[in-house]
Amino acid sequence: MAERSALPGPDRRALIDRAEQFGLLFAWIVVIAGFGIARPDTFLSWANFATIFGSQAVLVIVTLGLIIPLTAGDFDLSIASVLSFSSMLIAVLNVQFGWPIWLAIAAAMAAGITVGAANGAIILYFRIHSLIVTLGMGSLLHGITLWFSGSQTISGIDIALVRAVIVNRFLGIPWAFYYGITVAVLIWYTFTYTAAGQRLLFVGHGREVARLSGIRVGRVRFGALLAASGLGALAGVLYAGTTGAADPSSGLTYLLPAFAAAFLGATAITPGRFNAPGSVIAVYFLVTGITGLSILGISTFVQDLFYGGALIVAVALSQLVRGREERLG
Amino acid sequence: MTQAAPAILEIAGLSKHFGGAKALDRLDFSIRRGEVHGLLGQNGSGKSTLIKILAGFHAPDDGARLHVAGREVALPLTPGQFQALGIAFVHQHLGLSPHLSVLENFLVGRHATSSRWCIPWAQEARRAEALFRRYGLDIDPHQPVDRLSSVARAQLAVIRAFDQFERTPDAPIRLLILDEPTPFLPARDVEHLFRLVRELVADGASVIFVSHDIDEALTITDRITVLRDGRLVGTAETPAVTKGELVKMIVGRAVDLDTMRPAARDHGPVKVRITGLTGASLDNVSISLGTGEVVGLTGLIGSGYEDAVTLIYGADKASAGTLTIGDNDHEISRMTPYRAIKAGMVLIPADRLEEGIVPTLPVTDNATLPLIGRWAGGFLVSNRRKRDAAAAVNKAYDVRPPDPGTLIGNLSGGNQQKVVLAKWFQTSPEFILLIEPTQGVDVGAREQVFGIIQTMAENGAAVLCASSDHEQLTAICDRVIVFARGRTVAEIAGNEISKSAIARLTYSALDDAA
Repeated sequence: MAERSALPGPDRRALIDRAEQFGLLFAWIVVIAGFGIARPDTFLSWANFATIFGSQAVLVIVTLGLIIPLTAGDFDLSIASVLSFSSMLIAVLNVQFGWPIWLAIAAAMAAGITVGAANGAIILYFRIHSLIVTLGMGSLLHGITLWFSGSQTISGIDIALVRAVIVNRFLGIPWAFYYGITVAVLIWYTFTYTAAGQRLLFVGHGREVARLSGIRVGRVRFGALLAASGLGALAGVLYAGTTGAADPSSGLTYLLPAFAAAFLGATAITPGRFNAPGSVIAVYFLVTGITGLSILGISTFVQDLFYGGALIVAVALSQLVRGREERLG
Repeated sequence: MTQAAPAILEIAGLSKHFGGAKALDRLDFSIRRGEVHGLLGQNGSGKSTLIKILAGFHAPDDGARLHVAGREVALPLTPGQFQALGIAFVHQHLGLSPHLSVLENFLVGRHATSSRWCIPWAQEARRAEALFRRYGLDIDPHQPVDRLSSVARAQLAVIRAFDQFERTPDAPIRLLILDEPTPFLPARDVEHLFRLVRELVADGASVIFVSHDIDEALTITDRITVLRDGRLVGTAETPAVTKGELVKMIVGRAVDLDTMRPAARDHGPVKVRITGLTGASLDNVSISLGTGEVVGLTGLIGSGYEDAVTLIYGADKASAGTLTIGDNDHEISRMTPYRAIKAGMVLIPADRLEEGIVPTLPVTDNATLPLIGRWAGGFLVSNRRKRDAAAAVNKAYDVRPPDPGTLIGNLSGGNQQKVVLAKWFQTSPEFILLIEPTQGVDVGAREQVFGIIQTMAENGAAVLCASSDHEQLTAICDRVIVFARGRTVAEIAGNEISKSAIARLTYSALDDAA
């Protein structure tokens, strides 16, 4: 009543909803256009984009792994350590013990899922907040990784894996990109069209409502943590394939960017919910910004600046959206 | 209604003990096909225990028998078994997740257990829309629940429960249990909800309508069962019973509970005056208190009596109202807890564990929190001084054990409450606000808590106590004000106050408010 607008209520609301859904996508296009005008020759090349798409598949998968427990209301801070652990396990088994690469990958995946089971069991049995348990688990895993790798980078991983991840290309983009997109589609489908996705959503949005509706809340949370660690291990496989080597620490640099992308992604496509397409767009939005700035010649501290800033802006933005909803409601 | 309609659900000899306390005592109860059956009784009468047994939440004592559609069903029911039997629940808080869509909330019960791999959203939306339209509900399945009005939310919860029957066509009966769905609805909207309930009944469902509200029960039900202290008082055909008779059944005749009244005291001049308080469920409420007067506020759930206290203190936001303490005026819409304390108020909240104490800290820290700011000397707080102050509190208020180093979470409820009262009363407040001050407090400590409140009043403070415990109000109040539908509707003072008088006023107050 207080303010008058050109559009009647429902239309105006639909417009706001639409703007929210596609705001991030629009921002990405603006960023591309901006750097494109500034550096048309280097930035706007297909090779540049192919590199961006291919090299960031690891971050895409870590982000997708995070949004599963986040949707259920749990944090998984150990996911980046699972990544390091899994890639290092592949390197050690394949290079030092001479295991065939597929067996090493299977072992890494199994180890990752075991970590997820341990997280879930501790969180649910002792009723401890996931933040604390996974923080501890992450540090523990990091220690184990340093220990069995002798704190060294191990290179020489089977070239077959490197080929399957980064060398082979489709439309000029490494296969890694398509792995990430495949996982995104699977998660998008699960979140949108399956009963399991609905259970996850209700557990995150109101545990009591979920419980009264007959959802086995503990089982859902356990499954979400298992899936997150599984995807963390998968990201480790891609990491090993991208570099042909594993180092004990660099996985940790993915944690903050993944959280930034997850929360930024939750302000888009289906605002207010962690979602797969939003996460993928958010990852590439952030990486495009960083790549563009470094092409402009700005030094490496820009990464931290950008990711940290994005996380805070994303969380503030989603709070703003919620606040507006409450006022309108 | 059809006299000859067969019983779809029969309970015989249902008892339930919690420790030594009898929550239900040999209850017999039956529901006919196609009736709305009211279930009335005060808090603790056994209504919710009965409902929870049907939900498979509690196991009854041995010896109870349950027949559904004429066939015996073994007790206890397993959690979730109610679905297969054809019983659906609408809980008081409706069980809706506000940020998710109407359609998602509508389907959550189904997705809780089934594993569907491809939810046909468009088809489900059409089905939901068709069902909504069949019952005259104008609800868009795609909008989030928090954009619905409160009555539309209640209707959604009811129709969702009804939809459970459509999903379980093999269930022997269709029984909808509405557990106090109306206290948060404005009066004019209750009729919309009732229309929906009547239509569902016309389509073959039976309904158990659990309520505090006798008028609503008289409007919607065919029969009414009243419970008191876990026992069946009686079941009546609704057209054959009057409101007065129901009140008598609910409250009972027992007058011997009108115990221990404080000796009549003369109050000083008016000390606190509240005028035009509006906000939350309240509409233009005015109250004044004399020096040393203890005033009780009561009413049914949702009548607004609790809101008065939290609004005055600024814990919830009021839209209008003026508070005068002594010579100072305060705008209540701008009140915050910080300003309230500055103005000489304290609030003792009902939810002690959440709002009143920090259970994992020792008594010392809990008891001295409001004082720390007053102790001059700047940044360093002397631990010895804190300990001495806490020890003095423990002594003065007889906290057991008296060691101030004990974690407050390890004290009994009564001793915790003594610390909470002591902690605030050290600041010598002028205006004391209490909400359910003896909830979860054992009988012995209860008397001591009453004593502390009396002492504060004798020292000149004005006390406002919101409570649904009529016995407690009788024991401490000089005057009791009854609320209904956001207004003050009745008032009794001095020796007129008794447990039964308060209960009678509470239940008959609705007439005056309508």
